[in-house]
Amino acid sequence: MSALRTLIDQGQAILNHRPWPRAVVSREIWLQALGLLQAGQFTLLALWGEQAFVHIALFDTTANEPGILSFECEGNRFPSAGSLHPPAIRLERALRDLSGLQAEGLPDARAWLDHGKWPIQHPLGQAERATAMPEPYAFLAAEGESLHQIPVGPVHAGIIEPGHFRFTASGETVVRLEERLGYVHKGIEALMAGKTVAQAAILAGRVSGDSTVAYALAFSRAVEAALETDAPERATWLRTLMAELERLANHFGDIGAICNDAAFAMMHAQCGILRERVLRAADDCFGHRLMMDRVVPGGVRNDLTEDGTQIIGGLVTHVRKRLPEIIELYENTASLQDRTVSTGILSSELARQFGAGGYIGRASGRNFDARRMPGYAPYDRLQFEVPVLEEGDVDARIWIRIREAEQSMKIIEQILQQLPKSPKEILAAMPAHPLMEAREGVALVEGFRGDILAWLRIGRDGKIERCHLRDPSWFQWPLLEVVVKDNIVADFPLCNKSFNCSYSGHDL
Amino acid sequence: MRRLLFQSLVHGPLTEDAPARSDDAMAELAAQINRVSRQRLGRTLSIREVDAGSCNGCELEIHALNNVLYDLERFGIHFVASPRHADVLLVTGPVTTNMREALERTYQATPHPKWVVAVGDCARDGGVFSGSYACVGGVSTVLPVDLHIGGCPPSPMALLKGLLALLERVEAGDETSAESRPGNDMSMTGYQPTA
Repeated sequence: MSALRTLIDQGQAILNHRPWPRAVVSREIWLQALGLLQAGQFTLLALWGEQAFVHIALFDTTANEPGILSFECEGNRFPSAGSLHPPAIRLERALRDLSGLQAEGLPDARAWLDHGKWPIQHPLGQAERATAMPEPYAFLAAEGESLHQIPVGPVHAGIIEPGHFRFTASGETVVRLEERLGYVHKGIEALMAGKTVAQAAILAGRVSGDSTVAYALAFSRAVEAALETDAPERATWLRTLMAELERLANHFGDIGAICNDAAFAMMHAQCGILRERVLRAADDCFGHRLMMDRVVPGGVRNDLTEDGTQIIGGLVTHVRKRLPEIIELYENTASLQDRTVSTGILSSELARQFGAGGYIGRASGRNFDARRMPGYAPYDRLQFEVPVLEEGDVDARIWIRIREAEQSMKIIEQILQQLPKSPKEILAAMPAHPLMEAREGVALVEGFRGDILAWLRIGRDGKIERCHLRDPSWFQWPLLEVVVKDNIVADFPLCNKSFNCSYSGHDL
Repeated sequence: MRRLLFQSLVHGPLTEDAPARSDDAMAELAAQINRVSRQRLGRTLSIREVDAGSCNGCELEIHALNNVLYDLERFGIHFVASPRHADVLLVTGPVTTNMREALERTYQATPHPKWVVAVGDCARDGGVFSGSYACVGGVSTVLPVDLHIGGCPPSPMALLKGLLALLERVEAGDETSAESRPGNDMSMTGYQPTA
């Protein structure tokens, strides 16, 4: 039996939690789990709180098994994971801001999402009116001769999301970067509480607009797990088609945008055409360029017509023709390679420790893809490779995107061939409420940026009691601070764009 | 690279190769924006985009305006890096409480005359995020809004139409932006550093 399973079995099992096991555990078991997390036997998937409980989702890397441990906080306190395992620090800062639960021994006491501007404190815990005046945020010090600071944001120069970057530089070289996020915190988890599943699904699709399909899929799969309802077979394939179109559109956008940050506009222009072609095909087939609200609990809202099949087929043919030319352009432009190769290197140790998902982890040797592990239908019936590189630089993160785009096209072709024609059903009915008891579900879905976790509890009245959505960026943003160090300031945009972390998904 | 450049020379601009369903609208819009913007603004309109809490969906579509298929710059409309260079603030999102001050300061840093265009359904009144402790609820709660472009997110075509509507309003003699209309007590003093 796996180490994680052994720990969970020693706790009090929560029976209505699916598909992974969840148990409420003692302080001793909680600490044992944190020890194994620190030792690298587990990867941290998520850490979140509610009124009196803190939950930690872990992935046992030896057994390839996920599971959730919960700890009942006495006096609103729990033993800190972040004090042993740095990737948990920001999660615990956010958890305290939202739930009011304190991690004992958390090395960073500063607020994270709460900038002191909300009318209330601890919106997901015992909410109370905010009274204290906000304190100025204490950025970490950098001391030395001739250092200067460059504050950037929250309003950036480009058309991008808001966040603050505090650079300390020695001449051209970055000595320290510190991020401050939370500017786009919309209180989505609090808004979801008390909403119907259908209403909450709309919010889930607006956590991060670039990953709207992936979020809707994660949320829907969690609902379906909780309610033990399967989406119809055809819908499962159509969801995957949408998810892979989303991955293609984002990867094309990113490849061009990274090169644009090295002032190589031609790649940007060429990739922009490919991205636009994907979005128009999505619009023609599913009635929305980003495919928002198309994936819903129980299935999908739009079927693919015969015309739609032709359009997608034509898109793949077009892209297959154009992409090699663009790859060749990237490969053979020495001045561009000079900027991307060996820039912003992320070590495989850090990628593993942080459980960095998506192209960031896979460009640094972390072979993890939620489509494979824990895996979900119909990827088990599709042939595709998960590209992994070791270099960990901007160039590797571009190459992972290129290779993944090729794999996505391969997947899309298989979907078009294998899409079951009957039964025609694309939306399953959800069980009527009141339910016999509250139900809980969890899902891990591979978005273009990495694995997205959705966890939720549905009350007897069929409404969402609590929903937690964890963006892959939580484990990627801290690594950006690391890879920028010792690079020149002018390479920050390249590093940043090659990460392309989500602000909205992180801030929630 | 030589081959791609050569292809670009021989296959003609992609911008006119838009799909059939939007060709007409595109051509019509192109002509109108061109005429109006040339008369009124000497062929330039500078836009500063501000994300005040959007999910990033609007930003993706605003970005698309710059791709070769929409090619916004051919109309003289372009995005600038600083509010100090801008005529128009294009604001997205339900305005989070955490972004409110930054949005106000961006507005104050924009020289007169200036126009504010709210983009997206949540920029109108908070949309699906209204009622949240963390959202102010619509751009007009914070700034005088001249125009709202709806959609979740609005398509690039809808954005183009919206920008045209703004230009026409300016053209029609409504020289004053919402900032200086009666009943509006927004600060006209420009950017003031907070103490």
